[in-house]
Amino acid sequence: MAELRAYAALLGGRFRSATAYRTSFAVELITNAGGTAVDVSTVFVLFHAAKVVGGFTLGEALMMTGLTASGFVLADLTVGNVDQLKTYVRNGTLDAVLVRPLAVLPQLVIADLPLRKLMRFVVGVTVLVVAVLSNDIDWTPGRAVLLVTAPLAGAVFFGAIFVLSASLAFWWVESGEVGAAFTYGGRDFTSYPITVYGTWFRAVFAYGLGFGFVAYHPALTLLGRADPLGLPAWAGYLSPLVALAAAGIAGIVWRTGVRHYRSTGS
Amino acid sequence: MIEMRELRKDFTVRVKAGRLRREKRVLAAVDGVSLSIGAGEMVGYIGPNGAGKSTTLKMLTGVLSPSGGEVSVCGLRPVPQRTRLALRIGVVFGQRSQLWWDLPLGESFRLLRYVYRVPAAEHEARLRRCRDLLDLDEFMDTPVRQLSLGQRMRGELTAALLHGPEVLFLDEPTIGLDVVSKQAVRSFLGELGATGDVTLVLTTHDLADIERLCERLVVIDHGRVVHDGTIDDLHSRYGSRRSLVADLDTPLPPGFALPGATTASIEADGHRVTFTLESTTAGAAVAALVNAAPVRDLSVVEPEIEDVVARLYTDGRGVSGVP
Ligand SMILES: Nc1ncnc2c1ncn2[C@@H]1O[C@H](COP(=O)(O)OP(=O)(O)OP(=O)(O)O)[C@@H](O)[C@H]1O
Ligand SMILES: [Mg+2]
Repeated sequence: MAELRAYAALLGGRFRSATAYRTSFAVELITNAGGTAVDVSTVFVLFHAAKVVGGFTLGEALMMTGLTASGFVLADLTVGNVDQLKTYVRNGTLDAVLVRPLAVLPQLVIADLPLRKLMRFVVGVTVLVVAVLSNDIDWTPGRAVLLVTAPLAGAVFFGAIFVLSASLAFWWVESGEVGAAFTYGGRDFTSYPITVYGTWFRAVFAYGLGFGFVAYHPALTLLGRADPLGLPAWAGYLSPLVALAAAGIAGIVWRTGVRHYRSTGS
Repeated sequence: MIEMRELRKDFTVRVKAGRLRREKRVLAAVDGVSLSIGAGEMVGYIGPNGAGKSTTLKMLTGVLSPSGGEVSVCGLRPVPQRTRLALRIGVVFGQRSQLWWDLPLGESFRLLRYVYRVPAAEHEARLRRCRDLLDLDEFMDTPVRQLSLGQRMRGELTAALLHGPEVLFLDEPTIGLDVVSKQAVRSFLGELGATGDVTLVLTTHDLADIERLCERLVVIDHGRVVHDGTIDDLHSRYGSRRSLVADLDTPLPPGFALPGATTASIEADGHRVTFTLESTTAGAAVAALVNAAPVRDLSVVEPEIEDVVARLYTDGRGVSGVP
């Protein structure tokens, strides 16, 4: 409880220093929204060339894009700032974080106020709404629940990916943008029907790393479509479990990473 | 309060070996340090650059995991019990700020009250005291990034003390400060230490800090303890002696010797002579000299801690063969 107040106070402090730069804030807000819109529009471009891709129509694929986008932006909004870890490790400024009586991850997450990412969130959710409206969904209680849980599970899953990618810096100080490539690559992977990928690539990313359960399988279940790859319909409901497993692994890797932190000479 | 047993930290570093090849090499930054520091002690932890001082402090504060050995602070193990320990210690890394860059100093202190969950009245009382003793009032509303180094350092000290820590770790708290700021920080720490409520471990390259503040002096070199004792212990171990400097109206007669003393140097064509007092008192030496030569001016010089420590550092280099 007392810790929550500490985080709230830190967030408040962050807000006060962010408002000191009001113009740059507005500019960032707009460029961020633009970024997400561009990402999503690639799906339209792809379907403009071919009416059916990987056995799915544009409307169906949009469901996957929408689930991915809303889950991803939610993760980015909350834990996205963890990607700054590499700067903290490089400069040794994680020292100051470690001497405070608070957990490291929440401190890093709130070290920057991601209000500018709010627009991305709006764009992401809009895509999901459009996807729901443009498909003729046979609503059942299970599907209604899934429509809410799938983006949340997606957010947890992508949150875990953010943390895992960032943790790389604990072992590899000069990792640069490698972690980000993994995070954004994962998002792009789940934005499309996984049927478009080659067999081994799909096996590794969709099932080995679990990306297939973020959007593809929940979307199939929402749409009431059988999986062309043969998994049963309830696979769509696995996304929270997969997300929790990913979060657990990310937690372990993060803790191990913090103990690998070697600071810098001083 | 602080226990270290055979504490070590190894860093694996990659060094160039040939044009493309890179070799892994293990550097023992802290190489088996065993120390025990009691409650209320003020310990100066010194050593040449790269000796492993900062690395030791980072292991004591839970920032770095030790590679070997045992360590406990306030009865807690720093890394596994980091957050609990953090509530009971204060840390100032002179080279690194604990404050919020974009916020006014006063605002940083307000945030720290929440971070350390300090009751308002206690916070207020401690802050009041620091504001008075360290003259903070002038820049409480200035953003931290606009503070001068000395102002910021006073802010850092305050930040480290607002939660009433039992142990204070200070890594070069006087680095880069002017004479007045240094004295302010020193007398502040001196008062703090005099209460006996707080244990203090201080690293510095300014030995005046140590002379002013620390009873006990621990010297490390290449990650090992090479001296642990009082400053007087260090002087007697290295046989530091006082010297007698005399300005003479006429040069000393050739072959002159002062009983119980050796002639260390003769300058200014024999008009200035320095003797090292080996087995005589300053009084006897002065009497003998005044009898033998026309003395214009005299001074007795205490041994410099700088000199002794310099000898200690260079000895260390001799032993390990590192230039
Ligand atoms: N993060 C690191 N990675 C690799 N080597 C390191 C690291 N930090 C310190 N070292 C090495 O460990 C040794 C001890 O460093 P440390 O910073 O503890 O020295 P110090 O006694 O504080 O020196 P100074 O008086 O210069 O501050 C040095 O040889 C340094 O190069
Ligand atoms: Mg140092």
